[in-house]
Amino acid sequence: MDIVPEIIRENIINLINKKERADGRALDEFRKIFIETGVITKAEGSARVKLGNTQLLVGIKPQIGEPFPDTPNMGIIITNSELLPMASPTFEPGPPDERSIELSRVVDRCIRESNMLNLEKLCIVEGSSVWLLFIDLHIIDYDGNLFDAAVLATVAALRDTKLPTAKIEEDEIILDYENPQPLPLEDTALMCTFAKIGDQMILDPSLDEEEILTARLSIGMRPDGTICAMQKGGEGSLTKDDILKAIDITKGRIPQLMEELDKTIPQAR
Amino acid sequence: MIIIITPDEFKRVSQATREDGRAPDEIRPLKIEAGILERADGSSYLELGGNKILVAVYGPREAQIKRLQRPDRAVIRCRYNMAPFSVEERKRPGPDRRSVEISKITAEALRPALILERFPRSVIDVFIEVLEAEGGTRCAGITAASVALADAGMPMKDMVVACAAGKVNGRIVLDLSEEEDKRGEADMPVAILPRNKEITLLQSDGNLTQEEFEEALDLAIKGCLKINKIQKEALKKKYGE
Amino acid sequence: MILVKDKDIVVPGEVLAKNDYYPGRGTFKEDNKICSSHVGLVSIRNKQISVIPLVSKYIPKRGDVVIGEITDIRFSMWGLDINSPYSGFLPASEVFGKEKRGLENIFNIGDVLFLKVVDVDEVKKVKLGLKGRGLGKFKGGVLVYITPSKVPRLIGKRGSMINMIKEKTRCDIVVGQNGVVWVKGDPEMEKVAREVILMIDREAHTSGLTDRVRDTLTELIKKVKG
Repeated sequence: MDIVPEIIRENIINLINKKERADGRALDEFRKIFIETGVITKAEGSARVKLGNTQLLVGIKPQIGEPFPDTPNMGIIITNSELLPMASPTFEPGPPDERSIELSRVVDRCIRESNMLNLEKLCIVEGSSVWLLFIDLHIIDYDGNLFDAAVLATVAALRDTKLPTAKIEEDEIILDYENPQPLPLEDTALMCTFAKIGDQMILDPSLDEEEILTARLSIGMRPDGTICAMQKGGEGSLTKDDILKAIDITKGRIPQLMEELDKTIPQAR
Repeated sequence: MIIIITPDEFKRVSQATREDGRAPDEIRPLKIEAGILERADGSSYLELGGNKILVAVYGPREAQIKRLQRPDRAVIRCRYNMAPFSVEERKRPGPDRRSVEISKITAEALRPALILERFPRSVIDVFIEVLEAEGGTRCAGITAASVALADAGMPMKDMVVACAAGKVNGRIVLDLSEEEDKRGEADMPVAILPRNKEITLLQSDGNLTQEEFEEALDLAIKGCLKINKIQKEALKKKYGE
Repeated sequence: MILVKDKDIVVPGEVLAKNDYYPGRGTFKEDNKICSSHVGLVSIRNKQISVIPLVSKYIPKRGDVVIGEITDIRFSMWGLDINSPYSGFLPASEVFGKEKRGLENIFNIGDVLFLKVVDVDEVKKVKLGLKGRGLGKFKGGVLVYITPSKVPRLIGKRGSMINMIKEKTRCDIVVGQNGVVWVKGDPEMEKVAREVILMIDREAHTSGLTDRVRDTLTELIKKVKG
């Protein structure tokens, strides 16, 4: 972890107390968002997202496998993230560390709990064959707030994904790559992350802001305003008011994220 | 049992010409960009045919591990890694024997170009990410890594540029695609310092007569020199030339 | 025989000249050829060819002034990050006499200091000092990071560039040779100064920079004053 020079810390806090930020944004404003899909030909679905200078790729690969015994008629999603050492001088090579695992699990919860993906439709033969979707997050440039960028990229990649149709004829599974179908996506959820600095809750923290925050709050929300996932992080605490304020801002910002997403890759009908 | 129906284009196997219509001495379409990442000291992005490679360089920086330090020069470390979604069948994340070997020979291919004596006791990290693989990723990685090192401001005697030649359907050809590598008789990756054509990487996998080897080596060097022009353009373009 | 022009952008390994020229900074000689060792700008002075790197890391030299951040406190010294492959240390004796207790009461982790490079030994240990005019801890202001090789461009001929920025923004500005710049003044003017310093960093290799910086300054200041 980098140590933020005292001068930079003071400067950020002084600005935030005046409701300003070092990069000129309002406290409830995202950095510039860029979304591109279909970037990896060999993946069945893929997306690249830039949120300011934070940048990541998501690739989706399907496999056929066995369902979990307690959900014999449901497909499976497996989310994995790599905080690549190329992305930051503080990231080390090696197996996923706790930050990387937290990121994967929060993204996974936001996707799963929103029920955006109808897992029952990913069942091929109940009890024996279902689709396994591997969602791999590849972080290539880390400049703060991976959560929101990761959820946005994952949803974009899911929208981009096409699976071969699976038919059963005489106990054999026939995969038809000539007529691939989009995923059974029935809703959307996106995420807004806040940093508590001083008394303020600021949206989409930059790297410097993230390094001096006292607490962090991520909110996954569907367009109808339902909250589908939350995660508090950081060593400090939040008040109930902080949380309600963040929810309020999230409600206002989800439509903006949806617009950016729909502009690049509309939901297939 | 699972039966797979694939579109016709995958079934097509041509014998006489190269299946993508290239001449024997022709490389796949190539694009290189320098300086595309924010955090890294130097970076590059390369597309060669269906290959997509991203390279980041950090350093020279303080060697955190004392035993890595060399009192008289910097140490270069490479990490070649394939993204799980870079290949047809999902690859398990993390290093395997192949990527460890490629990391080693990549560091050794780059080493002769670098003036490491300028930075004793420090370390230079080169991270090569294969985002999508379509044959020839180690060569593409070396070519891109050298652009990223120059972009990071590393003093160098020359660029390093790599290209493979090989034998497919009894013919010596340049820059083998994934299909050609699979079906071909031999694949020979080569890296050179283009100014004096010294060879810094040579591997060969498959059978070649001495005559065929010499023809392949000459062809690989010819390919390297073409690629070197595009490396130079990428670096100059970053500064608006 | 010369193969390039003054201010051309060259890359490592590029042959710049043959015979009757001398290799300068950023170049090396091989047989009768002078080649570039960097991505940089060609500079031809008489018969000497140099390449000024467009990117570089800061290598500490005795006598340089640098801006460093305290990252470690030990028994009798502070450890500092000086934006370089080599970290620096400030011996307690630079601040105290023989008394060495309570280093953290003087400088703490995260403090930013203006220091002098007192010595760089053969194992690259960088000894820093505070004895000199203007050296010490910064209070307030903002930090701007630029490429160390562009520091001379930021300062300008006899300080012309930096003095212009100081005058127009009425900010205090301190430039470390390691590419770290400290700016303090009116908060709005700090932003203006920061913006033009970053502009110089980006465009250091282009010509007519001083005029463009002057225009940008005037324009930005007009905006601030409304």
